[in-house]
Amino acid sequence: MLLEVNNINVYYGAIHALQGISFNVNEGEIVTLIGANGAGKSTTLRTVSGMIRPRSGSVVYKGEDITMTACEKIVVKGISHVPEGRKIFAPLTVRENLEMGAYTRSDRSEIAASMERVFASFPRLKERINQLGGTLSGGEQQMLATGRGLMSRPALLLLDEPSMGLSPLLVQEIFRIIKEINSQGTSILLVEQNASMALSIASRAYVLETGRIVMEGKASDIANDPKVKSAYLGI
Amino acid sequence: MDTFFLVASLVKIIAILAYIYGLLWVMGHANRWVKIGGIVLAFAVVQLALTPFGDFQILTAFDQGLLYQACAMTMVALGLNLIYGFNGQFSLGQWGFYGIGAYCAADITYRWINGDSRGLIVVAFGVVLVALAIWGIGKFLSRYRGIPVMSSFTLYLLGTVAAAAVAVFIGNALQPLLQPALGTPENPGWLNSEIALQVVFFLAVILAGAFAAIVSFLFGLPVLTLGSDYFGIATLGFTIVINTLMINSDTILPFPEMKGGRGMIGIPKLTTWFWAFAFMVLVIIVMRNFIHSSTGRTVMSVREDETAARAMGIDIAGTKLLSFVVGSLFAGLAGGVYAHYIGFLSPGTFDFLVGFNPLIIVVFGGLGSMSGTVAASFGWIFFLEGLLRVILSQMGTEAPTWRFVLYPIALLLLMLLRPQGLLGNTEWGFLKAKVIPLKVEK
Repeated sequence: MLLEVNNINVYYGAIHALQGISFNVNEGEIVTLIGANGAGKSTTLRTVSGMIRPRSGSVVYKGEDITMTACEKIVVKGISHVPEGRKIFAPLTVRENLEMGAYTRSDRSEIAASMERVFASFPRLKERINQLGGTLSGGEQQMLATGRGLMSRPALLLLDEPSMGLSPLLVQEIFRIIKEINSQGTSILLVEQNASMALSIASRAYVLETGRIVMEGKASDIANDPKVKSAYLGI
Repeated sequence: MDTFFLVASLVKIIAILAYIYGLLWVMGHANRWVKIGGIVLAFAVVQLALTPFGDFQILTAFDQGLLYQACAMTMVALGLNLIYGFNGQFSLGQWGFYGIGAYCAADITYRWINGDSRGLIVVAFGVVLVALAIWGIGKFLSRYRGIPVMSSFTLYLLGTVAAAAVAVFIGNALQPLLQPALGTPENPGWLNSEIALQVVFFLAVILAGAFAAIVSFLFGLPVLTLGSDYFGIATLGFTIVINTLMINSDTILPFPEMKGGRGMIGIPKLTTWFWAFAFMVLVIIVMRNFIHSSTGRTVMSVREDETAARAMGIDIAGTKLLSFVVGSLFAGLAGGVYAHYIGFLSPGTFDFLVGFNPLIIVVFGGLGSMSGTVAASFGWIFFLEGLLRVILSQMGTEAPTWRFVLYPIALLLLMLLRPQGLLGNTEWGFLKAKVIPLKVEK
């Protein structure tokens, strides 16, 4: 098992944001967390990547407890977080943004190889290699953020709302690429509001409601569940 | 009003700015020998202008003072630009570190010429021992995860106090041995010869920088966890605390030679154009190499977006602390240079209101532009202290006060017309980033 989250409790001040969440991600899987606004999806990702600390519970990655490990060391271990709202470095060029993603690595030729792989997945970025990050369109910025996340050569990629603010066509494109990245061997933990898209590419899914997991199972089963259908898929 | 003087002053300011541009250009020259020769030439040109030929002297003693002030201001402002412009931490504490550096260096040389070696020995051993203690504690703490910042701060503080106590002990033990070689002010020994004094001055300035850096480390550790605005207020408080300590240095601190609010007199005037120039060039080189290194890019990424920087695997707290410490180090060096130029330190110089000057210079020159900071430091000193003070003083006795009305108006206009500062993001010559050719194969 690649990632195992056991019964974590996270608080924002007095607010009990995650109330005993447990889930796991296996090697080579796409696992998605779906749920409404404020259900705790992003908080879960932030806990896994070490940006916030749980009050109790544990995060185990490749058999090692990383609950209290510093964020920057978690990146070295192979978990890469693509934060919500893209958060690219606007005054840096596309190339420099990608180089920032490889900050924890030092081998220049391997970094160049990783950049080539990113350009293979996102040919659009190669066309705009010397353009400033801030001048890219929303979809291109998302591609850049995802590509930057891949530059640290992660075993597990945490994607937070990759479809936010994108046109339906671009959403399809992004999800096609996510699937492609996964087929090349990177496991993915995906947080999405666009539940139907997420369920269509994921192998397993967890449904979050106000800080608890209320349902889990194979993505196809969840997609066919009448409750999920009415609550999240709008069918 | 003397028209000739006005024109001459304006020409002087333009010449100074052209000089800065030329210096940065030649420092960035590809050929190493041209580079070194250019720096020596840049030094010699001003040295020549400062040398009197009979009655004729291009730069007067007054201009010389302005030059030293401008060099010191460049170092302070570059440090602040690193903290505020490049790392995005709004700091008002730079002036406090400048003051710490000035008093520290002044105390070392003052004691030395008065036959007391303890200033130098205690600070030298103190800096080395504290650095070792901090390094050791840091190593020890890195083995544990999730330690609250206040706990690690307490450990660092205890380590510092212990190391400082050892340094004081060593100083007291070595003093009797060195006493004969130092001699008395009336009858100086060989350790107080001209050359030895220059070495002591150099060490004093370096140690003043290191001392300010250590203080900034201890202060920054807990305070940098605050958000940007709160950090600004905390650092303002720091400057006020330092100023109050200076005013009471002879009563609540054990330094009678600093004479508290009356001001410290009798500091040897050891700063020459050579030292001012050398330290300024050193700071510019260190700053430029720091900013264009991968650590420098980390510093900037923290300013742009902390979440994204963390997701890249950057140690946010460590990066903030590093830039704060390096920036304060520059301020400490500048303080040492300033103290030995002016020969007299008054707490009024380090008042927090004056402490806004480097901030104004940094914003004026352009946040995140090193060339802008250097040019603005020189232009600002020569404009405000050189031109306005002299011109206005010819209009009446109270008129010089008007420069504090005139230059805020100039600032206001600049902020309205050019909010990114004079130079924005542009860099000159040496300070430009080297563009590494793209190595992506087709």
